[in-house]
Amino acid sequence: MDLNEERAQQWRADLRNEIKTKDRTAKTRVHMPELDAEYRSHTRVEEVNLGLTPEMAMAEAQRCIDCANPTCMEGCPVGIYIPKFVKQIEVGDFLGAAKTLKETSALPAVCGRVCPQEKQCEAQCIHVKMKKEAVAIGHLERFAADYERESGKISVPEIGAPNGIKIAVVGSGPAGLSFAGDMAKMGYDVTVFEALHEIGGVLKYGIPEFRLPNAIVDVEIENLRSMGVKFITNCIIGKTITIEDLKEDGFKGVFVASGAGLPRFMNIKGENFVGVMSSNEYLTRVNLMDAASEDSDTPVFLGKHVAVIGGGNTAMDSVRTARRLGASRAMIIYRRTEEEMPARLEEVKHAKEEGIEFMTLRNPIEFRGNEQGRVTEMVLQVMELGEPDASGRRAPVEVPGQTETIEVDEVIVSVGVSPNPLIPQSVIGLEVTKWGTIVVNQDSMQSDIPMIFAGGDIVRGGATVILAMGDGRKAAASMDKWIKEKN
Amino acid sequence: MNKIISKEYFSANVVKFEVEAPLIAKSRKAGHFVMVKVGEKGERIPLTIADANLQKGTITLVVQKMGVSSTKLCELNEGEYITDLVGPLGKATHIEKFGTVVCACGGVGTAPMLPIVAALKEAGNKVITVIAARTKELIILEEQMKQYSDEVIVMTDDGSYGNKGLVTNGVEMVINREKVDLCVTIGPAIMMKFVSLLTKKYELPTVASLNTIMVDGTGMCGACRVSIGGKTKFVCVDGPEFDAHLVDFDEMLMRLGGYKDIEREELEKLSCASGARK
Ligand SMILES: Cc1cc2nc3c(=O)[nH]c(=O)nc-3n(C[C@H](O)[C@H](O)[C@H](O)COP(=O)(O)OP(=O)(O)OC[C@H]3O[C@@H](n4cnc5c(N)ncnc54)[C@H](O)[C@@H]3O)c2cc1C
Ligand SMILES: Cc1cc2nc3c(=O)[nH]c(=O)nc-3n(C[C@H](O)[C@H](O)[C@H](O)COP(=O)(O)OP(=O)(O)OC[C@H]3O[C@@H](n4cnc5c(N)ncnc54)[C@H](O)[C@@H]3O)c2cc1C
Ligand code: SF4
Ligand code: SF4
Ligand code: FES
Repeated sequence: MDLNEERAQQWRADLRNEIKTKDRTAKTRVHMPELDAEYRSHTRVEEVNLGLTPEMAMAEAQRCIDCANPTCMEGCPVGIYIPKFVKQIEVGDFLGAAKTLKETSALPAVCGRVCPQEKQCEAQCIHVKMKKEAVAIGHLERFAADYERESGKISVPEIGAPNGIKIAVVGSGPAGLSFAGDMAKMGYDVTVFEALHEIGGVLKYGIPEFRLPNAIVDVEIENLRSMGVKFITNCIIGKTITIEDLKEDGFKGVFVASGAGLPRFMNIKGENFVGVMSSNEYLTRVNLMDAASEDSDTPVFLGKHVAVIGGGNTAMDSVRTARRLGASRAMIIYRRTEEEMPARLEEVKHAKEEGIEFMTLRNPIEFRGNEQGRVTEMVLQVMELGEPDASGRRAPVEVPGQTETIEVDEVIVSVGVSPNPLIPQSVIGLEVTKWGTIVVNQDSMQSDIPMIFAGGDIVRGGATVILAMGDGRKAAASMDKWIKEKN
Repeated sequence: MNKIISKEYFSANVVKFEVEAPLIAKSRKAGHFVMVKVGEKGERIPLTIADANLQKGTITLVVQKMGVSSTKLCELNEGEYITDLVGPLGKATHIEKFGTVVCACGGVGTAPMLPIVAALKEAGNKVITVIAARTKELIILEEQMKQYSDEVIVMTDDGSYGNKGLVTNGVEMVINREKVDLCVTIGPAIMMKFVSLLTKKYELPTVASLNTIMVDGTGMCGACRVSIGGKTKFVCVDGPEFDAHLVDFDEMLMRLGGYKDIEREELEKLSCASGARK
């Protein structure tokens, strides 16, 4: 059934007539219930957003006017059938809504939580054009996925007849997981290889529990397992086994989704003092290794005056984690203004509520330490905004002679990551850009070595969960086509 | 999960394990290491692959008890499993026929030196191994080193065994005695620093295998970073071996001390816990 036919179905038509469009758009947007800000700034594992009740979700779903031309879908990188799942929520068919989501998204409970909705689907909602608040698509998506999970009636997508063709996936982040799901649905024999001891990529080692509980990612992984996807942890492609080995083992296609795992530093004086670390290190210690728990063997330093350098999601996650681990001062140091910050609006808002200080138009130029080599203070250069740069954002420029020195006992550098070099280094002839990203055909996600496809951060250099997922789906479709054409 | 096929004590604090890991056995080279984690809440620690057996599909690890994680590993027995093991990691040692090589090791560096000594010998080098420790009881792997070395020189600080003096005294003795083409050193950073200062004086090319703190071991976190000739490098992917004369050992020493206090607390907890069990 295509979208128009779906929309023309009786129940949808009836539903549209039940409430006048004018009344639908007049309703105010639901507010996501949240943990109290003071309470949550001391609890590391409790999720901040509490989720909608069924009543709230149904009320919010009424705000959607079931557009004939649902522009919201254009804003969603994977084209989730938004009006359909929203209308299913409106009539109380929550399991049906979850099923609709899963037709296009492998990870709805994840995307409902971490998508920058305000820049994607919700930005394109007709309500915004009418100068009203967008339908809370993300909240609804999360609601439907959570409802299904908590009901214990998770639907496993239909699996095509097994075709016996072996496919390998490198990396178990969102790109790898969504690719694996789609290929399994088409009947392929899929094995995901993961370098770390946990499945999930950034969803596990990066994004903290208070924003995305691991248990939720685990359910999605179990789902894939029940579809026949195999997972092999502690296996580094390019080190433990090579892509050549995979080929010899009879794998017919490889999807590289190895992410952007290489932390960048600023190369300024004193950056190697103890207590200065990358956000990858900090978040890996806390999230993957659970270092802040009593029973974990991995240590983590609990700073009192913590400065986090950067303005992205990673910086927000780090600074909010530091606050939860007992920092009396937890600061964001960002060289532009809040307006240019790439982090999600919700994260910035939550961070502020939790008492995070925002020191914008500041750029660190030096760290200083004590005799033990532990960082004690940092020197900041005061900045101002100049002319727009290549990215269209106004470039920060130094205000000559103006610096500040602040006391710190822990610094987390969160100024970006580079693509993971392991695969590019180990595959001879694979075309990469000067930034180290793998070059692929944008429509097919195929690299210059035909059996190797790639997607997610290893191609984009650092993007979002949903874009990575979308790449995985696109690659699955085109790899399927390629394999069929070849035979 | 990797099964322990055999366990042997080299001394009270040094254990040799043969562990099932067929894929790693196949792909590893001398100088590579693995990351090992014991228990669900265990820490990931780097250990050099001391040897491998392709037929059996096993690798050999030689582990010295240092703190919590190495102790937990040493407590595992034959037939039990290591929770997580991944590798081979790092760059392989550059092995060729150099001529005469002095291998200077001590403390935590003696175990990872063993496979390098073996590989150097196999490549046709004359290998002189200097093992150093504070006192007699702390000298480990002497017998194993003898198997692959043309000569083993033992140094103890207190003179209770072998020659009295530091590892550097042993190395200097050899340099003064005969022509040496290369020095390889592994041990506490402070020891490597002094070996490096000594060989610099004699313009003897020296390789140091750095044992920094690591978290993932795959280049993802930067915990292992060191300054080499003024540039930041990651030991787990760019190393672990570097030209010793370019290493900023003072900085490395400072970084190694980073978690000392927390580690000490953890170890006290562990010994309390095992005390309670008894
Ligand atoms: C702290 C943090 C917060 C973020 N917050 C958000 C957010 O709120 N919203 C959002 O949309 N995006 C967010 N992002 C970005 C988002 O997480 C990434 O864009 C996304 O995870 C990329 O997915 P991926 O599948 O390409 O790679 P990853 O998730 O990075 O997964 C790659 C996996 O491949 C493994 N791997 C690498 N090399 C090999 C190899 N050779 N062999 C085997 N396995 C290998 C890695 O160990 C890793 O598990 C955040 C990122 C971080 C770090
Ligand atoms: C590439 C590499 C290869 C290695 N190979 C081996 C090996 O084959 N066999 C082996 O026994 N060990 C090896 N090590 C060292 C081993 O990883 C550490 O001993 C281990 O991580 C200690 O963990 P722990 O929790 O038991 O002790 P911790 O609690 O971490 O440390 C206990 C005490 O030892 C000191 N210490 C810890 N690590 C080091 C270190 N790397 N150098 C000097 N002092 C240290 C600490 O400062 C502390 O005082 C290697 C290290 C690296 C980086
Ligand atoms: S996946 Fe993300 S962008 Fe797409 S509809 Fe859901 S929240 Fe919006
Ligand atoms: S644009 Fe907004 S109102 Fe229209 S279908 Fe999408 S969510 Fe509903
Ligand atoms: S141990 Fe993490 S980058 Fe080397």
